[in-house]
Amino acid sequence: MTFAIVQDFLAAFEFIFQARESRAGTVQVGGLEEFAFLTGNHLLLSGIAVAVAVAIAVPIGAYLGHIGRFQFLAVSISNVGRAVPVLALIAFFIAFVGVGFTNVALVLVLLAIPPILTNAYVGTAQADRDTVDSARGMGLTERQRLTRIELPLALPTIFGGIRTSAVNVVATATIAPYANVETLGQPIINFNVYGGTGQLAAAIVVATITLAVDAGLGGVQRLVTPKGLKLAAQPAGGRRSLLARLPFTPRRKVQPS
Amino acid sequence: MSTDAASLEFRDVVKRYPGADENAVDELSLELPAGEICVLVGPSGCGKTTAMRMVNRMIDITTGDILLDGRSVTERKAADLRRDIGYVIQQIGLFPHRTIADNIATVPRLLGWDKQRVSERIDELLDLIGLGSEMRDRYPAQLSGGQRQRVGVARALAADPPLMLMDEPFGAIDPINRERLQNEFLRLQAELRKTIVFVTHDIDEAIKMGDRIAVLRKGGRLAQYASPAELLMFPADPFVEDFVGADRALKRLALQRVRDIELWNGALCRVGEETSAVRARLAEADLEFPLLVDGQGRPKGWLSERGLSGERVREDIRSRAEPVLDLDDILRDALSDLLSTETMYGPVVDAEGTVRGVLSLRAIANALNIAPEEVPSSAELASGALTQ
Amino acid sequence: MIVASLFAQAPQVPEGFFTQRDPDDLSCVAENGFCPGWIVENFERYVDPFFEHVYLVAVSVAIGFAIAFCLGLLAHRQRWLTGPLIGATAALYTIPSIALFLLLLPITGRGNTTAIIALVAYTQLIIFRNMVNGLRNVPADAVDAAAGMGLTPTQTLLRVEVPMALPEILAGLRIAASTTVGLATLAFFAGAGGLGAQIDAQINFKSNVVVAGGLAVVLAAALDLLVLGMQRALMPWRRAAPA
Repeated sequence: MTFAIVQDFLAAFEFIFQARESRAGTVQVGGLEEFAFLTGNHLLLSGIAVAVAVAIAVPIGAYLGHIGRFQFLAVSISNVGRAVPVLALIAFFIAFVGVGFTNVALVLVLLAIPPILTNAYVGTAQADRDTVDSARGMGLTERQRLTRIELPLALPTIFGGIRTSAVNVVATATIAPYANVETLGQPIINFNVYGGTGQLAAAIVVATITLAVDAGLGGVQRLVTPKGLKLAAQPAGGRRSLLARLPFTPRRKVQPS
Repeated sequence: MSTDAASLEFRDVVKRYPGADENAVDELSLELPAGEICVLVGPSGCGKTTAMRMVNRMIDITTGDILLDGRSVTERKAADLRRDIGYVIQQIGLFPHRTIADNIATVPRLLGWDKQRVSERIDELLDLIGLGSEMRDRYPAQLSGGQRQRVGVARALAADPPLMLMDEPFGAIDPINRERLQNEFLRLQAELRKTIVFVTHDIDEAIKMGDRIAVLRKGGRLAQYASPAELLMFPADPFVEDFVGADRALKRLALQRVRDIELWNGALCRVGEETSAVRARLAEADLEFPLLVDGQGRPKGWLSERGLSGERVREDIRSRAEPVLDLDDILRDALSDLLSTETMYGPVVDAEGTVRGVLSLRAIANALNIAPEEVPSSAELASGALTQ
Repeated sequence: MIVASLFAQAPQVPEGFFTQRDPDDLSCVAENGFCPGWIVENFERYVDPFFEHVYLVAVSVAIGFAIAFCLGLLAHRQRWLTGPLIGATAALYTIPSIALFLLLLPITGRGNTTAIIALVAYTQLIIFRNMVNGLRNVPADAVDAAAGMGLTPTQTLLRVEVPMALPEILAGLRIAASTTVGLATLAFFAGAGGLGAQIDAQINFKSNVVVAGGLAVVLAAALDLLVLGMQRALMPWRRAAPA
């Protein structure tokens, strides 16, 4: 039993590095070259989607957080986003908009916006009122307050949202082949061509790159945290940063209940 | 109230936190008789709260012992011990998810009281703290700060513990309500006679609440353990002197009542009395104006020269006898009355309203052993009061 | 499984095409439109997948809640466990669901078991983290007062800390429930049924996608309301108007 499992996984690893004939015997599948291509495409698609989402959601979220309005909208948009099944979303887009790279990227942008928007809102809105007030008292203009005080303080939270979105997008790009975009989901969805071993191999690669993206963005998040904030969080023994990971739960005052 | 109060003794109690260079509480020895309030007071970091929390073993004793009615607190399981000790903290710590009744019932239920008894006790305590029984089903969020504090005290009293620990219990209340809660609590204590350890950083509160005061200095060392009056009159060292404040003489006023000091002798007279007799009495008196009283000896006013000019005393008043002070008035309040009516004297009456003497600024000064010329604002007052 | 190349061609003839009686509906289906008539006619076929979906979600969330709740209590007692447990549950949460379903296949085989194991894994981070945060946010004075009155640590935990942490714990449960509804639409990769299998079966037929996807959203909303109702029933003190 255990041996069979190990064998399955070993075969999958071999599949990643060694091309072979497809199940029907008509084409060559697997191998480093194909996986490199699929991974590249996967990351390109995800990267574009996240970049567009950041360009849209950060300014809107930060502005709304700065003026402190539309809290309900900014927070509940990510709650609604969670419940919509991505498979249905993709299928819906295929049916009503069409297939292809642009359409899939559009779906992924829609998926990536809510967490970034919410975190940009919450991060900016919850910059310590006293800090903001003293900034006002010292004569900083509204714009200076936003760019010099609120945004730097909100940066770790915003990057938390970007990280959440990036992980979601990389995971979801797996089902892009439904819309004719070749990503690492190709071997998973085209079972008939790649077989169980191909499916498992792709699953391993997808899991690995997702964890890598998460870890990488986690590092960036730490880098953008102002030193003073890290020091302030020190007594919590670093646990706070762990608790702040992944889908951001807003503090109680902004939590809808 | 079934359970009697317990005596409490700290015996060479030391607390040293792991990794600390200094003791938080150092060789603390105190004895507190049953039924008295002992206030632990001192600057922040003096270990007063630590000392208190070792009593119910919220903090472990490093060395030494604490005896409750002669029995070491370490002998019993901590949870059992705590159920026998009332506990009130500054933040109150009411359970927001439980009703007022449930909050009060916490310890009785832990002790396994039956429903009927718990319910009766809740009503009894709500009555005691002056809240109606309609409060039973409210939640803490629906009460005012003062009401919450009262419920906190009621909750601590629920199982009628022989000892209460109170850590800055009125610290979070605004000054006006704090005064009221303090008075209420003193009235309650006069009835209940619990043994109480009371922690505060406020020397005025300590003087007001304490039967005995333990002043602690940094490092948890006992600087002085004495009654409030003794502490104010004979501070043990410069630290205590400094801590009780430069106005310690004035603070003593809060501890004495009018009956406690030597009053001035006034010359009393009634309408129709022979003036010669009055003049004779006037020579003996501490005051140069006779005080006209009615048939029952109640003050009517200061007699004028014209009132004495004939053979018999006539009703001719130079000024009304205000303020009228009571023997039971606290000296501080009496002084305040004198100052606010801008006068230097006031007749003192007993419970029947009969004049028993005269309180003057100088009499107060004498009682405090302050040189008369230091009596506050007497100079400014003199002219105004005498020309009235 | 559907092969991607199918999308390049005209849509498949949907199931039920030949049994359609209303000519309008017939042409609607033939044109792959959004066909209310077809939906009413064929609604029956969504009943079983819907309840399979409910089953997957209910079982996964229940098991997930039980495990995360116990882990939360454990981490509250043994503080040092919090970091490692957050790290582990976060890593589980990060692995894409499709990948996790497939990675489990060689170990637990195709079927509901594999799907439920993966779905349970996804609930852990959310519920556990909210539980830890909730317990940590309980005001220290309430815990101090409880201990001072002689509640044992276990009594303090169960009678004071957990009830006071309930709002955050249930907020976690709500998020976990709606997330699981979404993730369960991919459970067909593990060989389990549910609304996802129904979408996958006719992924190019608009009416089908709208109905199956819509049912998932409705289910998520219903679960959300259910937990919200639970929250109100369990926490009367939150309804009490402040003085």
